[in-house]
Amino acid sequence: MTDHSLLPTPDSDSIPFWEACSRKVLQFQLCTDCLTLRHPPRVICPQCRSGKYSWEPVSGKGTVYSYVIYRRSFHPSLKADLPYAVALIDLEENLRIVSRIINVPMDAISIGMSVAVRFVKVDEKTMLPFFSAID
Amino acid sequence: MDSFLPITGLIVLSRPRSTQNRYCIVGIGETSVRKSSETTSLNLALSAASRALDDAGLNADDIDGVLTDTPYHDPTFLYSVLLAENLGIQPSYASTLDLGGASPVAAISQAMAAIQAGLCTTVLFTIGQNAGTNYRQRPPTHGTLNWGYSDFEEPFGLVGAPGAYALGARRHMYEYGTTPEQLGAIAISTRHHASLNQNAQMRSPINLEDYLASPLICDPFRLFDCSLISDYSGAFIVTSMDRARDLPQPIVEVAAICQKHHHRYVYTAGDLTTSVCTQLAPKLYRAAGISPGDVDAAQLYDSFTYTVLLQLEAYGFCKRGDVGSLLANGGIGLGGALPVNTHGGLLSQGHANGVLHVTEAVKQLRGDCSGRQVKDAKNILVTGGGGILFASHAATILRKI
Repeated sequence: MTDHSLLPTPDSDSIPFWEACSRKVLQFQLCTDCLTLRHPPRVICPQCRSGKYSWEPVSGKGTVYSYVIYRRSFHPSLKADLPYAVALIDLEENLRIVSRIINVPMDAISIGMSVAVRFVKVDEKTMLPFFSAID
Repeated sequence: MDSFLPITGLIVLSRPRSTQNRYCIVGIGETSVRKSSETTSLNLALSAASRALDDAGLNADDIDGVLTDTPYHDPTFLYSVLLAENLGIQPSYASTLDLGGASPVAAISQAMAAIQAGLCTTVLFTIGQNAGTNYRQRPPTHGTLNWGYSDFEEPFGLVGAPGAYALGARRHMYEYGTTPEQLGAIAISTRHHASLNQNAQMRSPINLEDYLASPLICDPFRLFDCSLISDYSGAFIVTSMDRARDLPQPIVEVAAICQKHHHRYVYTAGDLTTSVCTQLAPKLYRAAGISPGDVDAAQLYDSFTYTVLLQLEAYGFCKRGDVGSLLANGGIGLGGALPVNTHGGLLSQGHANGVLHVTEAVKQLRGDCSGRQVKDAKNILVTGGGGILFASHAATILRKI
């Protein structure tokens, strides 16, 4: 049984995202024409079709829009993590991302909870931007 | 095209009942829905296609259009053409759709558009998947199909469809006070319908106690909120009403049909307590010249209980946040205000990607459903949803003429 890893496989669009994570920086593409921040990385702005963009670091703070608590593993590599919580996080900069909530008991997670990024090293090359509760 | 235009009741009455630009489903086929068939997706799709031809009283020569969807566990090059060759068809029009659970309903509109454009006259859609067999033989991986940027979901643990839909359900509970008991009522009603369908994977009735005792999978979803993993196949044949009049089956017309595609990722979908169905519903009703009260039954894409809830709201069967009043007193069961998923749906008949929602509606309109027949069914709403939370949506009103 092959245990395919769920770790990221950066491509030409996403290398700058993952490379920044390895330096504990959370950054996203900003269209330099219409100034819309976007995720996931792509070469054309879906708002204005401009191909010009820069990578902008964000505050790493946001609130939980919704969350799910996994009590069954959907992949062998996740079994040891159960139970774990995945959330949609609305960043202060008006961008929504998927991440894991860590260091919070499952029953203490709530919608609207304030969170901040916590980088977690998962292998030699990869840091994942997880989130923890803040006051 | 007439059937796509908004039509008021008045105009419909004053227009001669021409058969031009009107389309029908003239044949259907299904194979058994089960956990495992130990055969290939291709063989399943061929069996259903063959049965649809027999049902329509047609030969392979009569088919000049072939549509299908990618078998997810075994993506195959030129798949629609491969199916055609196996059936002894050299079609003038062939295409493989790529809209997930929206594909079967969307295929009806592709068929109509192709016939309208003069590309072909009679279109077969067939789809079969050995998802159950495959799932048990191979470990879950990233998948044989490239799902598209899983890097921003899977490394964080968002793996599989239940978790993504559960994010929507949790938010709906937060905003509208939706309860597990309400989601449970959908699961229970759907299972009851499956118990009346010999071609269903899960036929033992469940009650609220069973539902609440079923294990939390992706909290707030319990096991019984989730659809099954199944081997299945289903097929149907679309042609013009002129041709349909010469064929043996009672006429089932496509009274209206629409598609709308909205987002690709759960984190780009926006408000997860509603869906693109709210945009499509008024357009569909207008094109069919009916209102929600005229719908006799609905075969709603039901990947999860929450998927059904979103559509009950969007299609005007209850107010937003007030699904409880519809669900009370068996509202979505046979004999209720709006029988939903009379075949048992993806939740209990088995995950057939929505194609059996279409064939069930045709059977209901023909009056072929014996123990689960909706009395005097004339208008049936059939929907499909692809991707997460209606990334793709297609819906139709099928009508008995």
